[in-house]
Formats: sequence, C-alpha cells, structure tokens
Amino acid sequence: MARKLPPKDVVIVGLGWTGAILAHELTETGLDVVAIERGPWRDTATDFNIGYMQDELRYAVRRDLFLQPAQEAMTMRNTTSQTALPMRDYGSFLPGTGVGGAGVHWNGHTWRFWQSDFETKSHLTQRYGEGRIADLQVQDWGVTYDEMESAYDRFEYLCGISGKAGNLNGNIQEGGNPFESARKREYPLPPMQMPYAPTLFAEGAKSVGYHPFPTPSANLSKSYVNPLGIAMGQCTMCGFCERFGCANYSKSSAQTTILPLLMRKSNFEARCNSEVLQVNLDGAGKMAKGVTYIDSSGVEWEQPAEMVLLCAYGLHNARLMMLSKIGKIYDPQTGEGTVGRNYCYQTNAGIQLFFEDKNFNPFIASGACGQTVDDFNGDAFDHGSLDFVGGAGINCIPTNGRPIGFRPTPPGTPRWGSAWKKATKDNYLSTLGFSSQGSSYAARGNYLDLDPTYKDRFGRPLLRMTFDFPDNDIRMSHWVSDRMVEIAKALKPKQYVEARRNKSWNSVPYQSTHNTGGAIMGADPKTSAVNKYLQSWDVPNVFVIGASAFPQNAGKNPTGTVGALAFHAADAIRNQYLRNPGAALVQA
Amino acid sequence: MKAIMKPSRIVAAVAALVVSAGIARAVELPFDQINAGRYQAALGDCAGCHTAPGGKPYAGGVSLETPFGTLVAPNITPDGATGIGTWSEADFRRALKQGIGHGGKRLYPAMPYTAYTKMTDSDVAALWAYFRTVQPVTNEVQSNRLPFPFNIRLLMAGWNWINFTPGDFKPDPKKTDEWNRGAYIVEAAGHCSVCHAPKSALGADKGGLTGTVLQGWFAPNITGNLHEGVGSWSAEEIVSYLKTGVGRGSIGSGPMREVIENSTSKMTDADLKAIAVYLKDLPASDKAAPTPVATDNPAMQTGARIYAVNCSACHNGDGSGQGALFPKLAGNSVVQQGDPTTLIHIVLAGSQGAVTAAAPTTPAMPSFAWRLTDQQVADVLTYVRNNWGNAAPPVAPDAVGKQRKNGS
Repeated sequence: MARKLPPKDVVIVGLGWTGAILAHELTETGLDVVAIERGPWRDTATDFNIGYMQDELRYAVRRDLFLQPAQEAMTMRNTTSQTALPMRDYGSFLPGTGVGGAGVHWNGHTWRFWQSDFETKSHLTQRYGEGRIADLQVQDWGVTYDEMESAYDRFEYLCGISGKAGNLNGNIQEGGNPFESARKREYPLPPMQMPYAPTLFAEGAKSVGYHPFPTPSANLSKSYVNPLGIAMGQCTMCGFCERFGCANYSKSSAQTTILPLLMRKSNFEARCNSEVLQVNLDGAGKMAKGVTYIDSSGVEWEQPAEMVLLCAYGLHNARLMMLSKIGKIYDPQTGEGTVGRNYCYQTNAGIQLFFEDKNFNPFIASGACGQTVDDFNGDAFDHGSLDFVGGAGINCIPTNGRPIGFRPTPPGTPRWGSAWKKATKDNYLSTLGFSSQGSSYAARGNYLDLDPTYKDRFGRPLLRMTFDFPDNDIRMSHWVSDRMVEIAKALKPKQYVEARRNKSWNSVPYQSTHNTGGAIMGADPKTSAVNKYLQSWDVPNVFVIGASAFPQNAGKNPTGTVGALAFHAADAIRNQYLRNPGAALVQA
Repeated sequence: MKAIMKPSRIVAAVAALVVSAGIARAVELPFDQINAGRYQAALGDCAGCHTAPGGKPYAGGVSLETPFGTLVAPNITPDGATGIGTWSEADFRRALKQGIGHGGKRLYPAMPYTAYTKMTDSDVAALWAYFRTVQPVTNEVQSNRLPFPFNIRLLMAGWNWINFTPGDFKPDPKKTDEWNRGAYIVEAAGHCSVCHAPKSALGADKGGLTGTVLQGWFAPNITGNLHEGVGSWSAEEIVSYLKTGVGRGSIGSGPMREVIENSTSKMTDADLKAIAVYLKDLPASDKAAPTPVATDNPAMQTGARIYAVNCSACHNGDGSGQGALFPKLAGNSVVQQGDPTTLIHIVLAGSQGAVTAAAPTTPAMPSFAWRLTDQQVADVLTYVRNNWGNAAPPVAPDAVGKQRKNGS
C-alpha cells in the first residue's frame, strides 16, 4: 500500500531535457513542481570528473551511465507473426537514466525539422500523389514549422548551439544549410573549427556538386552564457562525448544549461532513484490524480498532483501510458487505438575510406563537430522519378579516435594477433568515415505494445517492440548510399568499404538511440495520442513530452525537435491550460 | 516608538502604511528603519554564522572551528526562551559594541564585536529594529563548546583588556566621503579583518588585511599591494567580484563563497565601489614580488606536464581560464599569495563557486586528491604560481601532505 504524500501542483516523470525545461518554465509561474527520476543525481564536477571521465572501458564499453536491462528490459520482434523475446542487453539503442537523461551522454547534433517534415502526409500527397505513400502510415504533426520556430530558437539559445544559418528569413546564407526552413536569427555561436576529415569530406562533396555545411553542434565553439545566465565552456575536442558526460561544461545538457538555476528554486524538488510505476486516474479514467512511485528502499509512495507530465524517454512515456490505461493501445490489425502507434527509428548506413597518405588525427574530435550534406534529406530533392519517399543527411562527423572502439581495418584483416595490430597501426590515422542518417517512416505493422509474457521486477508487462525497416526506407537508404559512393570516389581513397542498410532490424549492434513515436501528436484523436500541444486526448491533465510525439522520424537527430516541443508544450500550459485547468486545449 | 515593540505590531504598522496614506507619516520612520536594518544585517553578514545551511533564518547553529575549539553561533531570532526575545535594545547594543551579552555574559570574539564596536548607534538601532521583525524560532543552541580553560567566559575580560579597544569609527577628514564609507563598511559591519587580518597567538587581529589561514584556507591579502593584494584590480573588477562572485578572472569560493552569497552580493553598487576605493588605497604591505622559480627547475618541468594533462582542459594552456566558469590563473593575485594553503585545498578537495543572481552557474572543480601525490600537487602548484608571469614561493610536498592529513 502506497503512502500518500502532500499534493503538488505538477509532477514530472523523468528529469532529463524535457523534464528540466518544463520544470523551469512551470516553476516560473509559481507552480509547485516535483520531478521524479528513476536514476541517480548527477552533476558535472562530482560525476563527470575530468580525471576519470575519459574511461572508455567504464563508460563506452560497460555503459556506466545507461539504463540496464535488469532495471527495465524490452522485448522485440520484427513482425507480428513472430514471438517477441526480451533483449538481454541493450545494443541497437541505449536509453539513458539518471538526472539529465540521455542528454548527458549524447553527441550534440542539434537539428530543426523542416516545414515539409511537419506536414509529411499532406506534403507528399500533394507532390507525388496518394499512391506513393500507400504502404506507409505517415501523418502530419498538427503543428507547422512556423509555429515551432520560436521554440527551436529558445532551445538553441538555451544550449549555445554552434552553427551557421543557411536560411535567414528566406534569404539563403553562404556557408549554411541551403535546404533548411527559414530561421529568424543566426545560431548563438559560430560553427566549430573543423578538423581535417570533415574539411576533406566537404571538399569532395562540393566537387560533385553538393552543399556541405557545418553540423549544428551542442559542443560549444566558444564559451557562452545562456539566457538563464548560466555559463558554459569552449569544447576542448577531447573526443569523449557519446556515452560520456562532459567534464568541461562544454556540451549542452540539463546540467550545463538549466539545473544550477532550477535546483535552487524553493518551488522545485527532484526525487532521484525513484521509479514511477503508474499514473493514477480517477474512477472514470478521465483525469489523473497523480503518480505512484517506488523508492530505492522498495517503499511505495503516492504523489497526488493537479497535472502529470510524462517526460521520460519516448519509449518509457508510451509504456507508462499503456500501464496507466491512458488512451487505447494501438492494434495493427484494425488500425484502432493510438498508444504505441507509429513507432519509428532511423535508417542509417555508412562508408569507410582507407587512404595511404592522409593523417586525420582522429582523436581531435567532438560529438557533433563535422560537416553535413542535406541535398538528399527529407524532400529536399525531387522524388518524382524515384521509388521511395524520405531521405537522409550525409554526415562526416568523426566523433572520436578512442583506443578500444576506434580500430579501423580493411576487410580481410584478422580480428586479432600481429597482423591485426599492424593493420590498426597502419590505418588508425588515415581512415575517414561518413554515414547517412535516414528518415524512418511509419508503417502499419511497426508499433509498441505490452508484452503478453515477460514482466519487469515489479510484475509489470515489458514494452514489446515490433519493428522492421519498411521497404520504402530500405530503397531510400540504398539510393543515398549510392550518393555517398560518389563522394567517396571523388576523394580517391585506396579503398572504400560500404555498410549498407538491409533488412531485418537486429537489436544487437549499435545503430541509433533515436526511437520515436508511440504517443504521437496530431490533429485527429483517432490517429494520435496527444494533441498539437502534447496534451493527452483522453486524460487532459496529462501531457506527454518527447520523441514519443513524432508521427514519424526525419533524417535528423531528434534532440533539437524534442527540446523545441518541450518549450512548445510549456507555452501552451502557461498561456492556455492554466487559465482553465483540466480542459482540453483542442476540441476532439 | 519603543524599540521593543512586538513584531506583530510592526507588521500591522507597516500594513497601515500601505492601506492608509493619510497616516503614512506616523509610521514611515519604523518602516525605513527596518529596511535599513535588513541592509545592515547583509553588511554584517549575520546570516553567515547565525543561519545554519537549510535552517530557519538567524536561528543559529553554524559551527565555527577556532584554534581554541568549537563555538556555535546562537539563535538570534526574537524567541523568548531560546533566542534574544527577552533582550532590550540596550542589551543588543552592548553585545555588538562591547562584547557583553544579556545578563553580563562575556561573548567570545568569534562574534566580531571587535569590529561591530565601530558601528554607529543609528545603524545598530536599525539592525535591532529589523531583528525584532524576524520570525521567532525555538531552537536551543549550545554555543560554547570550547575545552577548558577556554570555556570560561570571564577569561574574555582579560582578553578584551589586551586586545579590544571599544569605540566608534573615526572618519579620516583628509579622505573623501566615499573612502570613509568604504572604510566604515570594511572595519565595522563588514568585519573583513576577522578573516583577512593576520592573528596573534591569542587569536586577535594584528592589524592590516594582508591575509591569514583559517579553516584550511588562506584568506588572501586584500591591501593595495600590486602583486598579492588588490592593487592591480580596478575598482570595477572588485565591485564585480563582490557583487557577482566573478571578477578579474577570479571566482569566489571557499569561505568567501558564503560572504558573497549572503552579504556582498546584497550591497548597493555605491557601497561596493566605496569598499573598492578603500581597499585599493590601503597601504600596500612592503612585500615585493619574489623572483619566479626558474623554468628549468625540476618542479616546474614536472608541473608543466601535470598541468597539461589535468588542468589545461578547463584553465587553458595559457592559464587564461574561461570567464565565469573557470578561473584565470595567469596574473591571478590569489594564485600568488605567499601562503599556498588555498591552492592546495582546492586541488585536494575541489571547490564550488558562489551563486548569485548575476552568476548562477556555480561551476565546480573536482577533487584531485585521489589522483595526484603530494609531490605532484606541489609541482603543479609551483608551476601555476610561477608561469605566465606569475611569481610566488614554490610549494613543498610536506605542506600538501599536512593538509591532506588534516582533511582538506
């Protein structure tokens, strides 16, 4: 029996990027807010110590900062005809845990989705006809890019994103991304200084007629003070971003941009090592009463609240809705139900170039310091004569030259022994890689639900993922891989090796922690779980914030859009919801 | 108005001021006095000792580790049983200006009556008026935890006879009003000498603000000395440091962190400027900059390598630091104090910067005690103290070992 706590105005589940942004925004209005985080408290000097943060074995191989399957596992299968089995370890994607969430150990690529991304269905239908997307279940977001512009801007200025605008108020800017939708002002900081590898990649891409530009980066090109007055440092290019916390206050995270201020507010409280078991609903299932959580001693607590904000990782948001009976779980046979619908991922491929005479010094790196070609992303190019929709960004972002993980060798090299040692020595400095990060478009059979067999340590059903790459996305990826080969050939390596994307999805090798959907936003309660303000259609005092809201994923890293959605939802709560609490912001 | 007016009545009087402009004149004075008293409490940093971390304001409880033993700051809320609710204004004035508490009890000079004695009667009266408005809190504090014989309060009569000269602040007519205002804050309510003046064997100030060791830190020289003191700081840099915690590449931490957060960040710009003007004019100690340790000294050579691996990522290879985040080491007067206690403390234990409205980041340096030996700490500090134009005596490994043993 849970012990009941004094009520709060707002309870936030998860204190990562979205939880921290919402907590900051809502405490500003005077609301009393508690965030419940299942992982530990983490801060820069105490947990990302400069003296040991670059421990590759601990953080990259053993994955010290991540969610462990013993705490929460998931089951997976490729199609509904299979029986899902639990993933014994996280591999293909690595969910975070702890204060700061996955925003602690991300690389820092910070994109805006485009106008055409937000209106995927209507845009593609209008341009190519309904038939082209007949096998897909793509949808519009219910918001437009123009509605999101200021929210993107606020997230970028909160973080101190380093980049070059390509489209300022409709005017194409030299050196930026000419395909992006219009932004109202420049990035807060100039792009990072480029190492040799992305510089060479950009030359090659230009030589075949493409338009490379500096990848927008949350690793800072200069020291910065954000609008909250919080100072960040210049990135030192140490090459320990992804899977690591930043010891230098130079990678944007909740810790480096919000928490110093948030944690000192008397109307905010963070409870760590406390896992929310469910959102509690009233008898009719129409309003949330709060949450029940369990602390690290195994004691259950009921936290009553006027509002519940699900700000966990997208997959966990979807599962918590299912466990709490908020909305109806999606059924791929009938197409009914919305929670779990349109689970999407990322369709990636790579290419590695081996040179004789180059020295890339790969250890001079940071998570998001590189060059991108967006000529073949989204709908930047005409798909009229092609057999797919969607696209991919081509990214040359050498994130690290770490001693355990970065050992490029050409095919045919033994996996161990003196020949392997010689090959790693010969190729360590002279190998260049780039990759395509492709859109992942929704399909009827790709979804999330609760596993009928496997349960977690509290006896709750595990999340079940049913996913395979849609044929459309595979065709897209191969076509973009052909474009990567063009760039590779222009660079004249002694050898290039492709890693193309093929069916079926395998949960073991790392691919991307860009899991999207499951609680998608939209204009129609029949096909979306939350409205355009991320408010649950079914339980209006619950908001669900994160990549869970993406109706499908673009060929870009999701964090920029996740951060923007957090500001977008915060504005809706502050300016609309609080005037009439408990009411739906959009009439179904 | 009687000064011992009950707090509730003052609140009522202030409320009356708000609702009825017609009688505003009658109550204007107490309101102003309470406001002025709140400011005096900030100048005097009363909260620094009398408010425990996370505790109720002024309810006591901060332990002060002195060379003679532990003292705990008492409850000074107007609670009758455990605070100063039964005191009169005269009691209060006598405590501040003579070091004699209610009922004739001798105070220990950890309560800086040696400085507060210089406060004007009107400032003391304002402070008293303000403390009457503070929320009374019942919190029994056992203040005197000194060992025998120091626990005998009467000994303080003798101590005072030797070390204490009661009396008001005397302005220097040859100086500007601004200078005199600065001197008044520094010497009276601000009680800067309590930390920054060298101490006699009896724990009394020996005069001057040339720095001294306390609580495992070295409170630096804040005279006009160009090398160790604030002589090379501009008045604006001093104001910025005191107001925001960040100035001239330095970030306030250690015991000064609390002073910045509770006291100096709440002072008016005019008062901070006056403090700066006064400090910069304080006669520089006669110490000249020493000759820097030669670059071919083995400690400098090893120190350079340790610095590159452990320190340069934040403080930069050229010691330039990064604004409000990482202190500048090159040309930093704190780095070049004759006594390296503060630097050793920071490297061994780490440290976190002050939080102020203007600089909320509170950046922190992690502890390196687990990673660097005494010799390595000494070498890297010798290097930092003698590179980029810095000059200071080398650091001995023994000094590091001693501090490590003492827990900092």
